Amino acid sequence: MQDGQSAIRTDKATRHYRLGEEFIRAVDEVSLEVRAGEFLALLGSSGSGKSTLLNLLAGMDRPTSGAIHVHGRNLAEMSASELAQHRRKIVGMVFQAFNLLPKMTLEENVELPLRLAEVERGERQARVREALERVRLGTRLRHRPTELSGGEQQRGALARALVNRPSILLADEPTGNLDSANGEQILTLLREINQSLGMTIVMVTHERALAERFADRVAVMSDGKLIEDGVKT
Amino acid sequence: MKAGDMAELAMRNLREALLRNSLTTLGVGVGIASLVAMLSLGVGLQELATKRLTRSGLFDSVFVAPRTNIRGFGRAFREGPEKPEEPRALDEDARQQITRLANVIEVYPQIRFLSEVRYLGNPYTTVVAGIPESASANDAYEGMTGTFFSGPSADEAILQIEFAKELSDQPKTLVGKDVVLRYMERQAIPAQARADTAKADDTGVLSSGFSLVPREKSFRIVGVIETDPAVGFGGFGGGRLLIPNEVAEHLRIAQMNDLRGLMSGNTRKPGYGSLTVRVKNPRDITNVENAIKQMGFSAFSLLDATRNLRLVFTVFDLLLGIFGSLALAVASLGIINTLVMAILERRREIGILKALGAADRDVSQLFFAEAGAMGVTGGILGIAIGWLIGRAITLGTNIYLSRQGLNAVRISSVPWWLALSALGFAIVVSLAAGIYPASRAARLNPVDALRYE
Repeated sequence: MQDGQSAIRTDKATRHYRLGEEFIRAVDEVSLEVRAGEFLALLGSSGSGKSTLLNLLAGMDRPTSGAIHVHGRNLAEMSASELAQHRRKIVGMVFQAFNLLPKMTLEENVELPLRLAEVERGERQARVREALERVRLGTRLRHRPTELSGGEQQRGALARALVNRPSILLADEPTGNLDSANGEQILTLLREINQSLGMTIVMVTHERALAERFADRVAVMSDGKLIEDGVKT
Repeated sequence: MKAGDMAELAMRNLREALLRNSLTTLGVGVGIASLVAMLSLGVGLQELATKRLTRSGLFDSVFVAPRTNIRGFGRAFREGPEKPEEPRALDEDARQQITRLANVIEVYPQIRFLSEVRYLGNPYTTVVAGIPESASANDAYEGMTGTFFSGPSADEAILQIEFAKELSDQPKTLVGKDVVLRYMERQAIPAQARADTAKADDTGVLSSGFSLVPREKSFRIVGVIETDPAVGFGGFGGGRLLIPNEVAEHLRIAQMNDLRGLMSGNTRKPGYGSLTVRVKNPRDITNVENAIKQMGFSAFSLLDATRNLRLVFTVFDLLLGIFGSLALAVASLGIINTLVMAILERRREIGILKALGAADRDVSQLFFAEAGAMGVTGGILGIAIGWLIGRAITLGTNIYLSRQGLNAVRISSVPWWLALSALGFAIVVSLAAGIYPASRAARLNPVDALRYE
């Protein structure tokens, strides 16, 4: 995907849900465009709707109304299996809680998306190594997540998100469970990936300083609405 | 996801909760074991009954008699133009013709007669029966004292135990001793003599064509049999001294049909009262029976009895199968429980898989694979346990039979089709039990699943 083209475009994307008697407007008519190769930081306080918006972009959730176009295709109109394919091939996801499977080694965790994408067994090993080398974990293949530090686990999760060579990386509070040094290391890696691979990155965070330091652009959400969208100061 | 990867993941998941999954698999194994054990008894008993009946010579035999035997013999005494057409005689020519029919392996007459037997100079009256060579395969001769006849023309005898007890207080010691059979041989009267006799008779009843000559013949006792062996249809019981059928035929003993022939005036050729026709396979019975009927004889078999027997055993197997399946039904609840527990425990894992691109189908297939793996393992285990239970029941039965002085039998059988069917059934039941958990896992919302701690 070349710079300047729209990778993601939401058009009054809305996600409402009911929690008991309460009606929640998690994402409320958000219109946003992310160019291909852009590194966007989505800022906001807890409950502002940024993670919900990220889930909508990932195809893990469906908007109540509005449209979400990724590379020109509207996720709101996709079937469940098309959304699964979208998650498998178009986007890679990194979570605050790392979400590595504890019963698998790091190598097996990173291999999992390749299994789901039915990549040939012979090709998998090379791609797993390549992804782990990129995040500087090439020597920890056989370790289980519990044998890795938080920073290593998040780098492992990043390798897993990259292994299927997606065009978009969605990161939900990737530094939330890390100390500042490890957090900075992760963001440095994200920036490096963004610049070397030209990968579009949308990162949810509540740390404005880091967001402004590493992202190309910062958008701010509050109460489900996009209240600020512009280049960093 | 590819099948190999799916299977690998499923096995890994099953190993994660080894104890619980092993117990569930054992439950399936016990269910299948009960099913296999029940059905193996049904199949074994059916095989035992079929084998016994087949070896009795009753179900692969056609019984042939001249039509006169069925319609009665009084008509021969009537005179006049309405005299019915003379039925075909069941004689040596007919026997040879029947022998040449396709799939016929043996044709022999039923020879049974009352005779005097002398042992150590004392006379005993008993029924003598001819035994065909093929009867050596009959279960009745298993475990007998001594041996079966050394050959079809051997001058040897087998005593039924009750008769042997009449001869000696220690009946089994009779083996190797000799008995003398006294009987009446049917001897043809020369043609001229017969004509003279006919001329002298003016009663209208035709004269006899043979005379009866008293004879004696010595037989070596080779065996003493405890049971009362069947000798084809009509041969049940009664035979207390058994001799080879071929030898019995050569004795040319006057039998009941000779007297009938005498009364009906048909004395031209010695005939048979009845013949037993053995065929290669019970399924050949109908064709042979029809062919014999077309030759002008009465023929019947006990084939219908085997059909009924098969029906009885099918119903019996069905009932056993239903009872055996109850344990499997309980085991299937165990699978559902285990997999539902697995969904609760692996909720987050399912969320991660979905976030990484697993389709609903992948998730449901993973749970089906786990259920199927428990079914395959439990099925194989169950077949082995069921087989062992069957063997144990057979062993226990044989110990009991042995104490009763009876021969060992095999009352359980696990043929390949039963093992394969049981395995298939285990897999089908396991997959059916996996339907609800698999669909529930597939429907999980990934966002909710990832929030789960």
